[in-house]
Parts: sequence; structure tokens; C-alpha cells
Amino acid sequence: MKRRYLLVLAAAAIGLPLAAIAAAGSPERAAILAEYATRARAADPGFSGFSMQRGEALFRGSFSGGDARTPSCMSCHTADPRQPGRNAKTGRPIDPVAVSVDPRRYTDAAQVDKHFARDCKSVLGRDCTALERGDYITFMAGQ
Amino acid sequence: MPMRLLMALAAILLAGLPAVSQAGGKQVAPVADPLTQKVCGECHLAFPPGFLPARSWSALMADLSDHFGEEIVLPAGQAAQIEAYLVSHAGDAPGGGGLREFMRWVAPTGIPRRITENPAFLREHDFPDRVWRDPKVVTRSNCLACHPGASRGWFDD
Repeated sequence: MKRRYLLVLAAAAIGLPLAAIAAAGSPERAAILAEYATRARAADPGFSGFSMQRGEALFRGSFSGGDARTPSCMSCHTADPRQPGRNAKTGRPIDPVAVSVDPRRYTDAAQVDKHFARDCKSVLGRDCTALERGDYITFMAGQ
Repeated sequence: MPMRLLMALAAILLAGLPAVSQAGGKQVAPVADPLTQKVCGECHLAFPPGFLPARSWSALMADLSDHFGEEIVLPAGQAAQIEAYLVSHAGDAPGGGGLREFMRWVAPTGIPRRITENPAFLREHDFPDRVWRDPKVVTRSNCLACHPGASRGWFDD
């Protein structure tokens, strides 16, 4: 009984970090997520981790605060993040944003910051919070 | 006789055409600077600098807080570096990416901000509205929608 309990504990101890690493996929992405987690916790002490579901809701949501041409992330990235998209303002083709298609996504911190700043303003009319950024990347890391 | 006159007129008109279509009939020097290519290319085709005069590039780079309605925030020093490249390769710069002919249409004191307003561009893109409304076009500045070689400076097709 005690032994089984220990085994479960051991499995959880190994399995949870593994799942986290798998979701993050690369040390660079893990570091970006860790930074956002620190900021999310600072903003809300009750922060208990990023959520794929919240990230998907953000991705699929429709908003009215930003540019009329981009009410949603899907305006440029289509409903399927594994598919190529198209910039709704310039028509420029956009490579898929799903990590499974392009593992280099969300691994360059400066680039990630720059693009969230640009795109959140366009879709939401404001910058994204650290929680929203972390949720979004967590969703894309599972796509 | 009137027929011959008409034909002569047509010949003159046709002879004038290559001059007008020159910008579309040969390779235009594409952006060769990696930083310019990367930063401009994040949102749209990094337009060949030869399509605008130097003063236009300076005006565009001086006004990044309202770049066609977008606020562009760049790390310190990048804007100056990009402007230096664009200005030194502009249509009226020595060499000018082979676009002196295209520059002919720019008013001597004009500071155009849109390549798509050049009369030479308009003449070669005189399409019905339905062409411009094609979902893959999105906007007139989306060269790549119809010119797959635009990134390499080919606008021939």
C-alpha cells in the first residue's frame, strides 16, 4: 500500500515535469513561459498555471476593441493554427503558428514580445496580459 | 491614307509602351539588407527600395508611429539602419535599382508614400474592381498575390 503510494508519487514527480517540458518543447520556449508565469503570479497570487483551454478561447474569441479588420486571431491565422494564414491588412502569407508544424515558434523572446505587442493591439485594442500570452503559447504548443 | 495615318499613330503609341512598362519587364533589385528584409517583411513584402525616391523613404521611416495606421515599435537604432539602406538604394539614388524610368512619374517636389499611386503602377494595374476584391489580394500593395517572384524582384507576370 505504502509502496504503491510512493510509486504514484514518483510517477507524478517525473510525469508532471515531463508533460511540462513536452508542452514547452524547447528550453527557449520554457524560459519564455517561465517569465510569463512569474509575471502572471505577480499580477495574481492565485495564478495556478497556464491553460490550453483559455488559450484556445482567446484564439477563437471575437473582440471589438482593436482594428476592424482583425476582430480575432483567426482573422489572420484561420480557424486551424496548423494551416498557413494571411495578414488581413497586407495580404502577406503567414506560416502556421502551431508548434507541431513549426517547432521554432515561440522560441525567440524578443520576437515573441514584439509580435504579441503588435497583434494584441490589433485584435484586442490593448496589450495582452502575461496570463493571456502564456495561455496562448500553451495552446499553440499543443497544436 | 487615313488608314495609314492610324497605323502610324498606333506604331508610335506602341513604341512608347516599353518605356511605360519597363518597371514590370525586368528584374527590380530586391531588398538585399537582412535587417530591412526581416523587419519590413514581418508584415508585408519588403518593397524594393527603387520604387520610391529617397525623400519618401525618409518620410516613412520618420513617421513609424503612424505607418499606414499602424504603430511600429523598433529597437533603438534599427529604424536609422533601415532608413540608411532604403535611402541609399532609392529610385533616385545612384543606380536606383534600375528604376529611373519609374521615378520619372514622381513630381520633383512630391513625397509619395504609396508605390501604388505612381501613374506607371496605375497604368499597368488598370483592372476591374473584381480583381482587386479577390480575397487573396486584400490590398493593392500585396504584390505577391499576383507576382510570385516579387520577393526576388520579378514583377514581369
